[in-house]
Amino acid sequence: MTTHEPAVETSEAPLLDLLTGFIVELRNAGLPVSLTENLDAMQAIKHIPLEDRTALKYALAATLVKNHSHWRAFEIVFDVYFSLRGDEYSLEDGELLDDAFDEDEDGDQENQGQGEGQGGEGGSNSGMTPEEMAEMLYNALMQGDSSMMRQMARESVRRYAGMEPGRPVGGTYYLYRTLRNLDLDGVLEKLMQQQQDESDGDMSQFEQRLARDEFKDRIDALKKEIEAEIRRRLVADRGVEAMAKTLRKPLPEDVDFMHASREEMANLRKAIYPLTRKLAVRLARKRRRGRKGPLDFRHTIRASLSYGGVPADPKFRNPRPKKPEIMVIADISGSVAAFARFTLHLVYALSSQFTQVRSFVFIDGLDEVTEYFEQTEDITEAIHRVNSEADVVWVDGHSDYGHALEVFWNNYAKDVTAKTSVLILGDARNNYHAPNSWIIQDLAERARNVFWLNPEPKSYWDTGDSIIGEYSQYCDGIFEVRNLRQLESFADNLA
Amino acid sequence: MDHRFSDVQQVRDQLESVHYLADDSIAGIVHLADRLEKPILIEGPAGTGKTQLAKSVAEMTGARLIRLQCYEGLDEAKALYEWNYKKQLLRIQADRSHETDWSELEDDIFSEEFLLTRPLLEAIRAEDPVVLLIDEVDRVEIETEALLLEILSEYQVSIPELGTVTAKQIPLVFLTSNNTRELSEALKRRCLYLHLDYPDMDREKQIVLTRVPDITEHLAAQVARVVRSIRQLELKKHPSVSETIDWARTLVLLGIDHIDAETATDTVNILLKYRTDIEKAVKDMNANADTYSG
Repeated sequence: MTTHEPAVETSEAPLLDLLTGFIVELRNAGLPVSLTENLDAMQAIKHIPLEDRTALKYALAATLVKNHSHWRAFEIVFDVYFSLRGDEYSLEDGELLDDAFDEDEDGDQENQGQGEGQGGEGGSNSGMTPEEMAEMLYNALMQGDSSMMRQMARESVRRYAGMEPGRPVGGTYYLYRTLRNLDLDGVLEKLMQQQQDESDGDMSQFEQRLARDEFKDRIDALKKEIEAEIRRRLVADRGVEAMAKTLRKPLPEDVDFMHASREEMANLRKAIYPLTRKLAVRLARKRRRGRKGPLDFRHTIRASLSYGGVPADPKFRNPRPKKPEIMVIADISGSVAAFARFTLHLVYALSSQFTQVRSFVFIDGLDEVTEYFEQTEDITEAIHRVNSEADVVWVDGHSDYGHALEVFWNNYAKDVTAKTSVLILGDARNNYHAPNSWIIQDLAERARNVFWLNPEPKSYWDTGDSIIGEYSQYCDGIFEVRNLRQLESFADNLA
Repeated sequence: MDHRFSDVQQVRDQLESVHYLADDSIAGIVHLADRLEKPILIEGPAGTGKTQLAKSVAEMTGARLIRLQCYEGLDEAKALYEWNYKKQLLRIQADRSHETDWSELEDDIFSEEFLLTRPLLEAIRAEDPVVLLIDEVDRVEIETEALLLEILSEYQVSIPELGTVTAKQIPLVFLTSNNTRELSEALKRRCLYLHLDYPDMDREKQIVLTRVPDITEHLAAQVARVVRSIRQLELKKHPSVSETIDWARTLVLLGIDHIDAETATDTVNILLKYRTDIEKAVKDMNANADTYSG
């Protein structure tokens, strides 16, 4: 491999520099790119036509991204590093599009004057009035013409975003400005209206619904194009490295539960299902292996045939150790609610791995919510009910661990046996109430083990009203669980 | 060095000729795998055509498909090679009268004649072009993965008694994984990575058109649209491509040429396999129609 490298260097030095920067940025974004993979990528791009941006993207992805959840991060970095370059390469392509665009324009609006100069920034399409522009956008969406949509995205950014070089505003600001001018919700209604008119009001509701889904999809695609265009322009203005740095986001498995944005939350929810599936397989497997069971006579005899009938290699049955029982006690007050939700979700998705799962939620009062999960197969719905129906407020709706634990101890402590693992979820911010930590001590004596999962960073523990140290002295384990990665590794050790 | 394919477009055309509709990433990666002589690791949800891709590539290149189905407990003897113990024993017994020199006999019973080749070794030793498919590689234990590493990077198998068997020609290798566990870094590093997701609407429509005979363009388009909108729901298991095809076939058999909410509700159990999922989808199909009726 090394013998080929100089060849790459001499013929494609600028590209090599760009790629090196690209890979460094991927690593900064958290993707584990090894040296071998780096070399593979260099090899790969020798086999594809470099002017083909799509091919370049897939070649790089194939060699550098080995985990699907990293794809988003890769895509953003790729866009930043190769958008300008792609433009250079696709210049011809772009011009062709422009020509087609001009022809369309001439064909459709031949009689319209050219003088309006709305955008005032020059360029081939600036002669259109906003109305013409809206019309074209509308047609592009109607026909689902992706090259046209791209063209319109470019044009609308140029026109409406009002981007100024060197102005320190984020991409979202420009995105907002562009979208505000396009009124895409109105466009959606118009599209639906036309669809209906075309079918002579004959559309069933089901069809309407499908059509709406489809248009929404196209509008989303358009929004993505607009975002990409804004990004491209920002890169041109601020330079690749600076832009990559601004756009850098944590990978899904590293997103902090307590500070996740709405989009990140949605992604987390999507990530949790495959994660539980993975964990369930792993836990089941682990239980089956490990210690060996009693002699498997039939298997031993079969194996002895390879040794001329001497049972030299005894085989054993796989043992089936008992599954643990789980009790989850979760703080669902505002600050840690998202974390509790995820953990409950995870525990219930794994419930086949435990003999019994019981769950309790509290703020300053405590309520058992096991039945919400038993009544439905849909965990999301159950969690929704937990949030809306559980009776968890006692006095003022501020976390009171001491009181919640007391309620638990009075009503349910008798159910805690030597087979039970107790999980307590919360930040132990007790609002200066009495801690009642003797309850934890008592539970630890009764239960198989007591684990505490804290969604706060370790450095915040025992600061302010956090009394995690008070409780943790009696727990069998105390874990910082701030993101999916940590939650996964905890669940892995649980069974 | 001659390559199997001249460019990406050729891969795409050939795949289409065996009724596999590839998108840019699929065709691109097959092309790249051929050029770089690297295996392809395919991950993705069930029923998106991972195994089919390997089969189709074999079909279009006229290569023999050698398949290793992975499962828990797969070991060297089933994946790589095994000594044919009974034959060795016979050989020793047959030789008793002749008093052959022991070392000579030892050389003899550990020769290729007594070797039982298993899929991996077979793929390496094949004289004719082969495509090796290692299916559901995530099912083997992480320790067993190590068995594959030598083959995947060097295309060779070391047998202590015989020496190293090197590939006569580099086979195209596909590994599929349902992602039930994280594969080891070492394995991933040696492969090109392809994530096969559900196809977009147009591609799905084309797939339905090629796979389901006698289906009208209109119905295929509708099928693709309905499936796409069902996949946007939060379900336990989303309809796979093969389920889409089954559904389209059923609709054709039932003589339905236009889907409305009622037919969709009646046949949705072909697309979805969990009761809660079906309830959700039915509710969604009917409820949304009402909400939007204004």
